Amino acid sequence: MNRRESLKTLVIGSLASSLVLEGCLPKEKEIIYENVWKYKYGRTPEELERDLKLLNQVFFSKEELNTIRVLANLIVPPTNEGNIDQAEVPEFIEFIVKDTPSFQGVLRDGLKWLDKTSTENFGKDFVSCSEIEQKNILDKVAFATRKKNKEEAFFSTIRNLVITGYFSSEVGIKDLGYKGNQPNVWDGVPEDILKEHGFSYKKDWNYKFLDPLKRNDIAEWDENGNLIT
Amino acid sequence: MQIIENEKKYDVVIVGSGAGGGMATKILTDNGLTVALMEAGPFFDPADQDQQLHLKWPYESPRRGKGSTRAFGDFHASYGDWEVDGEPYEMKGDTKFNWWRSRMLGGRTNHWGRISLRFGPNDFKRKSIDGLGDNWPINYEDVKPYYDKVDKLIGITGTKENIYNEPDGFFLPPAKPRLHELYYKKGAEKAGVKVIPSRLSILTKRISNERGVCYYCGNCGRSCGVYADFSASSCLVFPAQRNAQGRLDLYVNSMVREVSVDKYGKANGVIYINKDDNSEYRINAKVVVLAASACESARILLNSKSSYHKNGLGNSSNMVGKYLHDSTGTNNMAFIPDLMNRKTYNEDGMGNMHLYTPWWLDNKKLDFPRGYHIEIGGGLGAPMYGFGFDFNSLNKFFGLQVGGYGDRVRDEVKKYYGSTIFFASRGESVPNENNYCEIDPEKKDKYGIPILRFNYKWSDYERKQAKHANETINQIVDNIGGHMLWQNKGPDHGLLTPGEIIHEVGTTRMGSNPKTSVVNEYEQLHDAKNVFVVDGGPFVSQADKNPTWTILALSWRTSEYIVDQLKKQNI
Repeated sequence: MNRRESLKTLVIGSLASSLVLEGCLPKEKEIIYENVWKYKYGRTPEELERDLKLLNQVFFSKEELNTIRVLANLIVPPTNEGNIDQAEVPEFIEFIVKDTPSFQGVLRDGLKWLDKTSTENFGKDFVSCSEIEQKNILDKVAFATRKKNKEEAFFSTIRNLVITGYFSSEVGIKDLGYKGNQPNVWDGVPEDILKEHGFSYKKDWNYKFLDPLKRNDIAEWDENGNLIT
Repeated sequence: MQIIENEKKYDVVIVGSGAGGGMATKILTDNGLTVALMEAGPFFDPADQDQQLHLKWPYESPRRGKGSTRAFGDFHASYGDWEVDGEPYEMKGDTKFNWWRSRMLGGRTNHWGRISLRFGPNDFKRKSIDGLGDNWPINYEDVKPYYDKVDKLIGITGTKENIYNEPDGFFLPPAKPRLHELYYKKGAEKAGVKVIPSRLSILTKRISNERGVCYYCGNCGRSCGVYADFSASSCLVFPAQRNAQGRLDLYVNSMVREVSVDKYGKANGVIYINKDDNSEYRINAKVVVLAASACESARILLNSKSSYHKNGLGNSSNMVGKYLHDSTGTNNMAFIPDLMNRKTYNEDGMGNMHLYTPWWLDNKKLDFPRGYHIEIGGGLGAPMYGFGFDFNSLNKFFGLQVGGYGDRVRDEVKKYYGSTIFFASRGESVPNENNYCEIDPEKKDKYGIPILRFNYKWSDYERKQAKHANETINQIVDNIGGHMLWQNKGPDHGLLTPGEIIHEVGTTRMGSNPKTSVVNEYEQLHDAKNVFVVDGGPFVSQADKNPTWTILALSWRTSEYIVDQLKKQNI
């Protein structure tokens, strides 16, 4: 058994005796285990247990989650670059309200308000409305700047979560143009951009910056601290 | 409760595996001594794929990195933050103090900013300059050889600057500045503020075959999987384990409660709680080295009460816990219109800023006694949880509509991506006997160990310094056509809560007079010759500099002294 397997056994073992997975069918348990292992980074056993617990809880109803999906698509409309479902925004929002329970009331009340308003104005649920009708409702709450009323605070919250959820996803990161998080050899800002902004490493600096070609030569200094390799 | 004796007798037991403890472990084992290293948290190796945090994408966390279980975010390499489960602390009166603890091998060196500034000659003699606080009993020349050795052993970037109080060392090449850093330099120099390449313990060039070279993922705070940054585990403890040939035993999940003494009152080891079985054990050793962090080591000493040391070990002076001080800190942020609509490229770079401002003024001409340095942040960073909140709020600077939804979201998010600069001024506070930690008279942690209670207030020295920092940054931002995103107003001028800079030191301060200090110049307790403190506790004053490099240098110096004293059978 490798370390990861042993950690997995340890965590699942400790959960078997707790109430977290009580009432689950074996198949469901397996799905939940897979779900928690989809997220691979160095969590402590306590953090893993917490994630597993949260992933096993359901907060939003199918209807609520569908409204969130529709709303999210209005906030960040699909393009060729990516869409809300590819970015797993509804799943992220379902998770984050369990992770941070202070979001729960704001979002649930806000979703109710959306349906109430659409019923009053158009005689149907928010998701059944046309895009024009939906936007008509959102426009009432989407431009608040200073002190926000309850509905405006709801929209601002869900908009924040949708946008952050989209841009922190695989498609969103690509869409944004973030190019890092991979092995790289930093050799400064690209020359054309530097020039556009009126800077020059050569003209403005007297330092010997790191030489990417010599980075693997083991450093040696003379007695005065001058690098000689 | 019964204490379970460990038969083995060690030369030295070291409590804590961070910078000070890691260095002592390496030097003492390299010199042939038998060492027990105690760590309150679990084993941690940043290269272990199960513990790995670097090169992860935000979506590999179900909360996209949000700081729900870790204060600085999911990928931050610290087990524990301002709060540790079952290990509370108290505050006296209206004191606010934040105490960060990392319960893991390597301690807080796993997550720190790698800013590695040696003290200068003035930093050891502040009282001679401004009449406040005390001088150290040692001077720069005493520590210089050890700073030099630390530079070469661990690696540090930098440039020769010939600034008197920012001494040069043995530097690895600096990295070229990022775009926002070039703007910072432009604005700062126009304001007469010095800017130089950063001094970071990150390997821009190989220093040994045991450690890798930086590949510029920008995330040293996650602890480096190829050991290209300084963490006490990867750079000190692991090499010590390889060289020690069985002379080093690592005790993890072992929470030290007190230093034990024999029937003559002489320290003879430590008593700890093994977190796995909740039992108490004793480690026997000739020498005890405390490196549990300034406040935790003070706590251990104060909890080490016996008929010989009624007040706690090393505390005949009543100075243990006193003179607690953290760096001052203020944060500012600005929007720079020239950085809008950026072409994107991989700008991760090293795990911190490539340029910074060392203290550049003479306090004799100012209304506050001690200086500060300026750290900066910004650039085309990875979008984590929180990215895109209030996505177009910067529109207000152009009188444009704020809010909305739809196609504009993509456009406006991209328009402002990478257009802000963050400024962190970090300064020196004046140590004060009335700022202290002590044992809470009633409360205990979940291991039954009496907890700490903090008492801490900033003075006008720190407030005026913060005000100056805010004004300086406003001027720099103005010089590059930027807009401050907030103003630090109010009586404290935005001074952060004590403890928040995570540089707390001074609780077992060094001095030649046993009545006013806890340890001598070799970090040896005046009251117990075989007990040493090698964390930030012995700092008499902490300069405007991050303490790690000085902790490392002093721990090396103390470790050599321990070897020498054992040879001479003085301890």
